[in-house]
Amino acid sequence: MTAQNFTQNSSSALAPGFDTPVVDSQSCFRAIMNAMARPGQTQRFTRAPLDVPAPLTPLAAAIALTLFDYDTPIWLDPDLMESSDALGYLRFHTGAPVTSDAAKATFALLTSPRHLPDLSTFAQGSAEYPDTSTTLILAGQNFSAGPSVSLTGPGIRSAQGFRTDPVSGGFWQQMQFNNTSFPCGVDVVFASDDEIAALPRSTKITIAES
Amino acid sequence: MTSSVRTVEAAPDQSTESQYNFAYLDEQTKRMIRRAILKGIAIPGYQVPFASREMPMPYGWGTGGVQVTAAILGQEDTLKVIDQGSDDTTNAVSIRSFFEKTAGVKTTTATADASIIQTRHRIPEASLREDQIIVFQVPIPEPLRFLEPRETETRTMHALKEYGLMHVKLYEDIARNGRIATTYAYPVEVNDRYVMDPSPTPKFDNPKIDEMAALQLYGAGREKRIYAIPPFTKVKSLDFDDHPFEVQKFERPCGLCGAANVYLDEVILDDKGGRMFVCSDTDYCEERREAGHLGDMAADPAAVSLTTSTAGQDAS
Ligand SMILES: [Zn+2]
Repeated sequence: MTAQNFTQNSSSALAPGFDTPVVDSQSCFRAIMNAMARPGQTQRFTRAPLDVPAPLTPLAAAIALTLFDYDTPIWLDPDLMESSDALGYLRFHTGAPVTSDAAKATFALLTSPRHLPDLSTFAQGSAEYPDTSTTLILAGQNFSAGPSVSLTGPGIRSAQGFRTDPVSGGFWQQMQFNNTSFPCGVDVVFASDDEIAALPRSTKITIAES
Repeated sequence: MTSSVRTVEAAPDQSTESQYNFAYLDEQTKRMIRRAILKGIAIPGYQVPFASREMPMPYGWGTGGVQVTAAILGQEDTLKVIDQGSDDTTNAVSIRSFFEKTAGVKTTTATADASIIQTRHRIPEASLREDQIIVFQVPIPEPLRFLEPRETETRTMHALKEYGLMHVKLYEDIARNGRIATTYAYPVEVNDRYVMDPSPTPKFDNPKIDEMAALQLYGAGREKRIYAIPPFTKVKSLDFDDHPFEVQKFERPCGLCGAANVYLDEVILDDKGGRMFVCSDTDYCEERREAGHLGDMAADPAAVSLTTSTAGQDAS
């Protein structure tokens, strides 16, 4: 039985997931993987956008359906937690358990990234298992707004320019500190309407003088 | 060096692939592997544990690489599979046909035409591009394992960046042999942090993985580890100031295509001691011959027969 059997109202918790889950999730994953392997370079997601309940966005939901499942505790920002439709949609399509403890989350999904908590509140991984850290997904990003930063490190040939908005006030300073914790630290995935970018913990960030 | 003979084992069971998902793995398994790949990319050279699945082939066939390829592969991809540089060994042919049957993807032997290259023991001679991905089959991912058998200990060494044992081992090589004798699976340091096993490729290939344009993914099935090197990442072969890292040098160019500065296999031509050295990368050699490059043995009748069947021995 699929979500479509329950309802035609596509903006509800039972709105459908991917049309062709195997193809769509593979395509979405390759965009995420390429983004993570090339920090600051945007990757287009070309499959049909999902019709999802607010405040979820189609691309953030696609990333969620691609990566989340029963094995991945997720932390959701307050705006998402207030939407029973969005919560129901994620629960129905991913089965991922929701945690209120950011330090226990495999993924954190934020639709109001301006109110992003300090990055240090999320799981950082341990020296022995740095992979046991949180990956943050920031929805509703605009890659032609916000202050410009310059990126260097693995995945970048010389230097890569990057900008995105909205993020929290102290975000870029926190990301710089995050890099100094390497190999521990969080990784961040940014989703606009149709493009994905990422900043792994390995990326060194220089904030342009303003 | 002793030559090793490629083992021919029973072909993987592919009789029931039609009941399986695209690229064989179920979606839950793919998600789990995909998450491990993302962590591997974010922490270059760190071995991410993953719940390796049983594949319809024995472990020695590269089940780690196969699982990584299955998790990233899409309908648009073109796959190349090589084993010791050759597209035609039983192992390469089996893996290629496995993905043709379970995923219906295009396959190729031409390095330039492939979007994903799965490999055992070699890296193609042609430079890989940014839009390509190379997947390595890894038997033993832990470079410190033969120095320290306990996983808890090696994990602590990586955590503390305590790699003294590895340097001691290499230094003992020098004391005993006058040089570092390790010629394959030669340890590297990735992004100034993790010491990593580049899989049993000859050290000849180590310079290729430094600042490589393509994304490198490594899968170890039996040992349940995935690791990665993003494009344009610094990869340094371990060495000493007074004994700098050096790759193998071959005295002669390829007997078939005349290529110099490539990795060569020794091939026995007859039982009278006749032998020649030819490119280990069969696609590279073929393309050069097609472009008109000929080696000094190209006209030899025994050598000509090699260009139609694949050589089966390692050398050097
Ligand atoms: Zn040749």
